[in-house]
Amino acid sequence: MAEQIEKEDYILKIKNLRRIYKDDDGADVEALEDVSLNVKRGEFISIIGASGCGKTTLLRSIAGLDKPDSGSIVMDDHKITKPDPERGYVFQQGGLFNWLTVEQNIAYGLKTRKIYKEKKSEVPKYIELVGLNGFEDSYPYQISGGMAQRVAIARTLINDPKMLLLDEPMGALDSFTRADIQDKLLELHKFNGITMVLVTHDIDEAIYLSDRIVIMTPRPGKISNIIEVNIPHPRQRGEAEFLAMRRKLLQEFDLATAHPEPEYNI
Amino acid sequence: MIKKSSIVYGFSLSITGFLIAALLNALIPITADVEITEYSVAGITVDINSTYRAVLIVLSAIFLVSGLISLKDHDKWKKYVKGAPIRFASGIALLVWDILGTKWQLLPQPFFPGPAGIVEAFLIEPQFVLENTLYSLRLYAAGFALGVVFGVGTGILVGWFPKVYYWVTPVLKVTGVIPAVAWMPFALTLLPTPFAAAVFLIVICVWFPVTSLTSQGIKSTPKVQFEAARTLGSNTLDLVFRVAVPHALPQIFTGISTANAFAFTTLVMAEMMGQPGGLGYYINLSKVWSAYYKVFAAIVVMAVLFSFITAILERVEKYALRWQKGLVR
Ligand SMILES: Nc1ncnc2c1ncn2[C@@H]1O[C@H](COP(=O)(O)OP(=O)(O)OP(=O)(O)O)[C@@H](O)[C@H]1O
Ligand SMILES: [Mg+2]
Repeated sequence: MAEQIEKEDYILKIKNLRRIYKDDDGADVEALEDVSLNVKRGEFISIIGASGCGKTTLLRSIAGLDKPDSGSIVMDDHKITKPDPERGYVFQQGGLFNWLTVEQNIAYGLKTRKIYKEKKSEVPKYIELVGLNGFEDSYPYQISGGMAQRVAIARTLINDPKMLLLDEPMGALDSFTRADIQDKLLELHKFNGITMVLVTHDIDEAIYLSDRIVIMTPRPGKISNIIEVNIPHPRQRGEAEFLAMRRKLLQEFDLATAHPEPEYNI
Repeated sequence: MIKKSSIVYGFSLSITGFLIAALLNALIPITADVEITEYSVAGITVDINSTYRAVLIVLSAIFLVSGLISLKDHDKWKKYVKGAPIRFASGIALLVWDILGTKWQLLPQPFFPGPAGIVEAFLIEPQFVLENTLYSLRLYAAGFALGVVFGVGTGILVGWFPKVYYWVTPVLKVTGVIPAVAWMPFALTLLPTPFAAAVFLIVICVWFPVTSLTSQGIKSTPKVQFEAARTLGSNTLDLVFRVAVPHALPQIFTGISTANAFAFTTLVMAEMMGQPGGLGYYINLSKVWSAYYKVFAAIVVMAVLFSFITAILERVEKYALRWQKGLVR
């Protein structure tokens, strides 16, 4: 059994990750306690869990934006110590450069990596990919939140990443825009084979998109369960398998959050 | 689209004020006992009154043309019409001033010449006025440009490196409150030429506000923007120049326009305290001869020149900050 797991093609191996923050009073907050997780190449993984369970901390550690206190994250045999364009990161909001147009934001990665001259022709492709034709010269304040997130996705994709890390990228969007971007992500995942790690609060979103769902619990932050979603795409939010999975997850959640007594609202 | 009544209103108010002033200048005889000197400009014989009328006619022509241009754009026309009463009132004010100052000379002379009297300065010594204007302009350009460059440079260092911030901030706080001209005696003795001394003072007065606002802008860059840049492949140099500096641009421009006003003050004061030229020098020189109309002439040149420079800076700022919400109408 253990041998079999080793044979899998893992792009990312997280082992015994621990991260302790100090709060304002100097007391320790265990954001991550002994988190281990292997991510398969080309997999779509979602991380869900209550607020404060360490989802963002975990994702930032994978990105190389945050240093764990102990444990290791290895991507393709390289230990992750700092950010790298091969791991794209989409922030919940506010990540765009306000002084650059949509086109310039998307081209940023090429410019800062000094390959803009050779790869200039890529820019329109990615504008097209996220459906922002006609908005090339708009500034971030002139576009909607959904469009801004599509720009944020496009500017990571132009770096040709192996993995996309998404921290509630649709958290601030209305449900129509969400559905739109969810489909875009599925499309990207399917055609480009990019490994996706998505942090979300939304159970339906997790079921709709993921191959596996990682459930985390707070204080201390750790993984309580990992659930496989074996529903064929395209998934329908109303169909029986979907609803069954939903019920299962909710149950998991009740267990995971372990309310001492159920609370009832009258 | 634009109503006919609005067009009539806008143009008549903008132009007639100055035309009335010109007309009455021609019609009302000078009752005060003064002699009117005649000058020859490019072969044409003129006196202060005919030149003054020419200025008024040029002014109304400028407003006519700018009105015609703004007719193309609804918003621009609205702005033009909004300014129309002020233009009319300016014409009338000039008229009253002309009568009191030149025609009847009811204002105490020679302290308050009429507008036509001020024109005389430009007729007597156009070359000299021009030379001094250019001297001021050179001084301003050198001092301001250097000050901005040093200010932005220091601001980046102070904003980026906490150590630099720690050691430089107290120096900035103390020197920042000292008016730059207070250093004049040192500047004059330590620097090789008076010009260099004045440039030094302008640099100092520009340097302070630009430095402190640039550093504030750099320091206030949100962490998420740096992190986004790092995940996209930026090195430290790019974090500074592709993220922090553009983010700080609004503050940098606030610093620059504050500095601009300081620079004008410092410039004129420095010129009045020992320069071989410049508008401030011209004022001092004229004052000694009680030629107050020349003092006024220099003030008029300053008003025009400084407004012009400020307008250019505003244009540059508007363009550089076109990405800011609320800046574009
Ligand atoms: N920079 C920090 N300094 C101190 N404590 C922190 C810091 N970042 C996170 N924490 C703490 O670590 C714990 C986990 O935070 P994290 O942001 O990873 O949670 P999360 O699961 O992403 O929550 P949310 O769903 O609200 O985004 C929380 O208790 C939080 O207060
Ligand atoms: Mg979070």
